[in-house]
Amino acid sequence: MPRPEVQAPPEIFYNETEARKYTTSSRIIEIQAKISERALELLALPNDGVPRLLLDIGCGSGLSGETLSENGHHWIGYDISESMLNVALEREAEGDILLADMGQGLGLRPGVVDGAISISAVQWLCYADKSSHEPRMRLKAFFGSLYRCLARGARAVLQLYAENMDQSEMIMMYAMRAGFAGGIVVDWPHSSKARKAYLVLTCGPPSVQSYLPKGKGEDGAMCSEDDESDDDRNQTVGIYDRTRPRKKAKINKNGKGKEWVFKKKEQMRRKGYSVPPDTKYTARKRKAHF
Amino acid sequence: MRLLTHNMLSCNIKGVANGFPLRLEAEKWVEKEVELNADFLRHIFPKIEWKALAGAARAVGYCELPEEADAAMLDSEDFLRRFHHALLEIHVEEGALFCPETGRRFSITKGIPNMLLREDEV
Repeated sequence: MPRPEVQAPPEIFYNETEARKYTTSSRIIEIQAKISERALELLALPNDGVPRLLLDIGCGSGLSGETLSENGHHWIGYDISESMLNVALEREAEGDILLADMGQGLGLRPGVVDGAISISAVQWLCYADKSSHEPRMRLKAFFGSLYRCLARGARAVLQLYAENMDQSEMIMMYAMRAGFAGGIVVDWPHSSKARKAYLVLTCGPPSVQSYLPKGKGEDGAMCSEDDESDDDRNQTVGIYDRTRPRKKAKINKNGKGKEWVFKKKEQMRRKGYSVPPDTKYTARKRKAHF
Repeated sequence: MRLLTHNMLSCNIKGVANGFPLRLEAEKWVEKEVELNADFLRHIFPKIEWKALAGAARAVGYCELPEEADAAMLDSEDFLRRFHHALLEIHVEEGALFCPETGRRFSITKGIPNMLLREDEV
């Protein structure tokens, strides 16, 4: 089953039938609620009990907005699918919802919003649905308008499903260009099913921002996608830099070196496979005519 | 759509210099009671464009807001109640928003404003 994003534009993919799933499937509802809770947590709003004005970008059926309302906040939701918004109305979403295209800009006054979340929506910007829909222009319009409408010190947490590394980088690049600082927090990085990536963006001078939390790991331990973060523990902001050398050891020996074998074995152990122990014989150079 | 949202919306058609505030024409609206939270009102007050709020409130027949407001008025319970009512308890169900510069109409149906721009407006 190919990704939704390559099947049709979101306003067509999320038709009545698809939208219906968001009211009837308890599994979908549960997953969305969990992701929304995590996104709200990552927003790191001050713990002072004061309700905030937040954005829910790609609010769809209002599931994520419900999490915001339950936490006492007011929110404005954006979605491009009428069917999904009708579901939100049915579910009596408490926030105000707008039928709008985030790639056209959010159309809000500067500095008025205290935070923004987006669940599984921003990656849709990377697909050109109409001939005039240049993804780069849309990413620029989206991030530019998002940056402008956020108050100083506010955050945007965008959970998204990037198709590949290139897409992830492109999204990040346009976020940086708009003026955001921040990085990616990955929960459950070793599980292909549970893995969730959150783009955590901050506005304002880096010194004011708190650190990026580590992503959640399967074994309960906190592990982050960024192996280097152990050194960066005390850094205030994790800036994603494309020119930074790749974290995993590249295959530099002719074929696959000893280091690669050790890393691979460790990876398999983490996943839970039974792997023979590492001994002095592991990845030992064998004679050519073995 | 509540007036809180209306107060934040600005027209972003290409070339428009000042798209705020959008003129509100309300045909149908309802009032839904919401618990008053003074903390939120005090937090959001500095972000509110008061003239736009007062104007929008008049468009739905609520004329109890003063023409001008300053932070000192937030100490008054009476002011807070009016502010709260206008901001959060009035829901515009049917009507339209108009760009102040181009006059472009954005319709509001079932409480949802349609802010989708045409290709040539982006």
